[in-house]
Amino acid sequence: MVQVRLSGTFKSYAGGRDAFEIEAANVRQLLDGLGEACPKLRPILDKGVAVAIDGEIYRDSWFQSLRPDSEVFILPRLAGG
Amino acid sequence: MAGHHVSTTINGDAFEFVCEPDETLLDVLRDRLSLTGSKEGCGTGDCGACSVILDGRLVCSCLVLGAEAEGRTIATIEGMADGDRLHPLQRKFLEHAALQCGICTPGILVAAKALLEKHPDPSETEIRYWLAGNLCRCTGYDKIVRAVLDAAAEIREGRDAA
Amino acid sequence: MPRDDVTAETRQSFTKVGTRPLRPDGVDKVTGRARFGADMAAPGMLIGKVLRSPHAHARIRSIDTSKAEALPGVKAVVTRDDFANRTDELRDILVNVMAREKALYEGHAVAAVAAVSAAVARKALRLIEVDYELLPHVIDVEEAMRPDSVLLHDDMFTAGVDPVPDQPSNVAKRCEFGHGEVEKGFAEADIVIERSFRTEASHQGYIEPHACLASVGADGQGELWCCTQGHFMVRDTCAALLGMDVSRLRVIASEIGGGFGGKTTVFIEPVALTLSRKAGRPVKLVMTRDEVFRASGPTASTSVWVRIGVTKDGRITAGEAVLKYQGGAFAGSPVEPGAMTAFACYDLENVRAIGYDVVTNRPKQAAYRAPGAPMAAFAVESVVAELADRIGMDPIEFRLKNASREGTRSAYGPTFGPIGLVETLKAAKAHPHYSAPLGNNQGRGVASGFWFNFGGQTCVSLNINIDGTVGLAVGTPDIGGSRASMCLMAAEELGIEYDRVRVIVADTSSLGFNDVTDGSRVTFASGMATIQAARDAVKKLCARAARMWDIPEDAVVWEGGYAKPAGANAGDFQPLSLRDIAAAAAKTGGPIAGHWEFNAENAGPSFATHIVDAEVDPETGRTSILRYTVVQDAGKAVHPSYVEGQFQGGAAQGIGWALNEEYIYGADGKLQNPGFLDYRMPVASDLPMIDTVIVEVPNPGHPYGVRGVGETSIVPPLAAVANAVSAAAGVRLTSLPMSPPKILAALEAEKGAQAAE
Repeated sequence: MVQVRLSGTFKSYAGGRDAFEIEAANVRQLLDGLGEACPKLRPILDKGVAVAIDGEIYRDSWFQSLRPDSEVFILPRLAGG
Repeated sequence: MAGHHVSTTINGDAFEFVCEPDETLLDVLRDRLSLTGSKEGCGTGDCGACSVILDGRLVCSCLVLGAEAEGRTIATIEGMADGDRLHPLQRKFLEHAALQCGICTPGILVAAKALLEKHPDPSETEIRYWLAGNLCRCTGYDKIVRAVLDAAAEIREGRDAA
Repeated sequence: MPRDDVTAETRQSFTKVGTRPLRPDGVDKVTGRARFGADMAAPGMLIGKVLRSPHAHARIRSIDTSKAEALPGVKAVVTRDDFANRTDELRDILVNVMAREKALYEGHAVAAVAAVSAAVARKALRLIEVDYELLPHVIDVEEAMRPDSVLLHDDMFTAGVDPVPDQPSNVAKRCEFGHGEVEKGFAEADIVIERSFRTEASHQGYIEPHACLASVGADGQGELWCCTQGHFMVRDTCAALLGMDVSRLRVIASEIGGGFGGKTTVFIEPVALTLSRKAGRPVKLVMTRDEVFRASGPTASTSVWVRIGVTKDGRITAGEAVLKYQGGAFAGSPVEPGAMTAFACYDLENVRAIGYDVVTNRPKQAAYRAPGAPMAAFAVESVVAELADRIGMDPIEFRLKNASREGTRSAYGPTFGPIGLVETLKAAKAHPHYSAPLGNNQGRGVASGFWFNFGGQTCVSLNINIDGTVGLAVGTPDIGGSRASMCLMAAEELGIEYDRVRVIVADTSSLGFNDVTDGSRVTFASGMATIQAARDAVKKLCARAARMWDIPEDAVVWEGGYAKPAGANAGDFQPLSLRDIAAAAAKTGGPIAGHWEFNAENAGPSFATHIVDAEVDPETGRTSILRYTVVQDAGKAVHPSYVEGQFQGGAAQGIGWALNEEYIYGADGKLQNPGFLDYRMPVASDLPMIDTVIVEVPNPGHPYGVRGVGETSIVPPLAAVANAVSAAAGVRLTSLPMSPPKILAALEAEKGAQAAE
């Protein structure tokens, strides 16, 4: 199980809950699992998010692997200048 | 509108063109003569990207009418290099990385050349005030000022040696 | 840590990277030969012009274009009726490109014409009759948030709030970041300072107005030449808005005369294409400077409240911020990155940042260099400076004591890897500038800043030519010298001279998709793709050498630009140069090319610390910047001159934002200063030399350790200048820009307060 933490606006779609345990070995499984655990979040996740894994920020690259002890955050996808 | 017939000299060559009475020299250079090195950043004389030298005087070509070019002599960025030999200012701008995007560069080079022709040994402050009419948004001017100082020194040395 | 397979061990020694050769596009740019957006023409070309709303907020009852269409020389007129409506994520872009039910800001495009000359086009615009029903407007972020405010969109319900509000408002979104318990943290503090700050909207101020030349044929195929930070983005967006197959639109990126984030979206491009399609002729459309100010994408204006608590010995116990950013008439102000970056420089146990994304009757904001971060840093770093002063601690020591470092849990969540904030602080402290004496009415300010940096989708192609030279095609417009960096990295990998590599920015039909030049990503991501494409080519070059020698491929190595037998056992062969192998290519299997396409990750954040000395004239309130030093982590500086240039340029833009630049609106909701005379950007005589120190803490996510450098440099200066001005004036300035009238007013208020005591 990977612990994933929510911040930004995401928490509000999860009824204020900011952490979930998801069975996932990569980002796609994580997003699928999170969408199942929290259906209100699914359309937001589908629109595109960033995933921070062990301090590195990834876009929603499906096949990026996760370890059970990885530190994982769902973050908004940002624009640069 | 009746067009004006204008005869002028640009970068040493004779040109003839017809322009509308309200057409600027910048429009003529860019749209009628395909001399697109002079840029339009504002059209109100505030940014200096369209700087040219008109009868020895530095002007914003967006504030001059095309019709005013009649019988006069114009120098633009296209005439700054001598064939394939860059002007020292052009070389120093490259060496000092004094441009990033490069849109202001033609105007600044024309303005800097006008300065060095009048004042071969300008101080940093004199360069900064002379170029105050030329906006650059990329560089913060540091490398531009250094390039002008360096080019001025090289031109002076060349003159001393000659 | 999981790493993408492309990230090898960080390389330590270089022969090309880190040198300062002349840029490959340099001669074109100093001779006027380089072609920018407005420099292109086409046979039979028409001139396009856009009619814009004169009102800040109005319902568009009807648009009558018949008189304009009847004017001789007019070849096409387009309005909202020429663009199919959308309900997807491109809806806001569509509505911003051409107003539909309402004009949402002064300058909002309402119609456009294409005519045989600019004069005819201008005349035609005056013949278009628009029936407006005027509506009340709102410009200020705080006013727009009031429950009784004028509403821009009656279908805007604040996102990020649970449950979703049942009433619409101008608040598009609420977001929150942080961890720990801030109230507990504040209870542990000996000193707590809270303050409110304001910043005004500024513009990226690129000197080149938006410009394009569109040509759509009767066969439905189109070409677009334009100045943009991302021609693939332009292609995909325009194709969608016009209902074209992506393959039928080819976009060619011109040279770009500055962008800073402002050219990461479309404004006139879909309009020009629609006009061209309708007229059946090429259409050139160029914005005037006035249009750039009124109708492109300035940054947000903001209202930020900050509270920070600290112990007497200088440990921050809690930080809290509420950030309100208005981003113009559509959702999407950069308040999320503002809230995420606000406290990123500090290792905090208790931190909370709440952000509100607000809409007003202003042009839709676009990205501006580290979008959202400078305003947040202005507020936080101002309070940090004040706290350091209150506890009598050196401001850099105070920052060092609380600085984020590797292993710090960032205020926005994830734990930092190797980062260089501490290194920038130490280098700033050791810099002679920091200990130089100050005179009367002079003050010194320090501030730090952070930006994430991006990677993103990237595709490059590297072709080996018959004479052993190399042609490199990248898909990211070169906005500040990136071509030189690409050549350096290719030359480094291939072991050949820098000037044997030529690089072009290829059009959208020549390469796979590339994200826009944004997020300080080009030297990092296109650079990494270039390195990998070169390694791909090297593999193929070694394979050719192996065949020429008739030995196994793995018995060949590439060293210093030559294929060599891997060892004595491989055989005794004269090394083959890239030129030798290239010359034989036709006989050994045909052309040799390297490719790489990927989604670059692990961009590696960048931190900076700035020092600035300012002098305030107490008679006039005018500020002079006397000395400025930028210290920033570049990971590895590929071309140090252009890294310095990014540092200096960001600082200069920040100084302008701090002291002079602002969008000034009248009570009628109209912009009062849409020109460079009244929107006052720094000129050469406003600035001193800007000293730079490049710190290099390698980014483990890049084979050479590169971090993006383009954006971080604008994060600290707002606060650094405010700290310097406040020190010089003897009164804390909390509202930008710190124009002379504001400083005089602050001085007067301070005098009044002292007299009252």
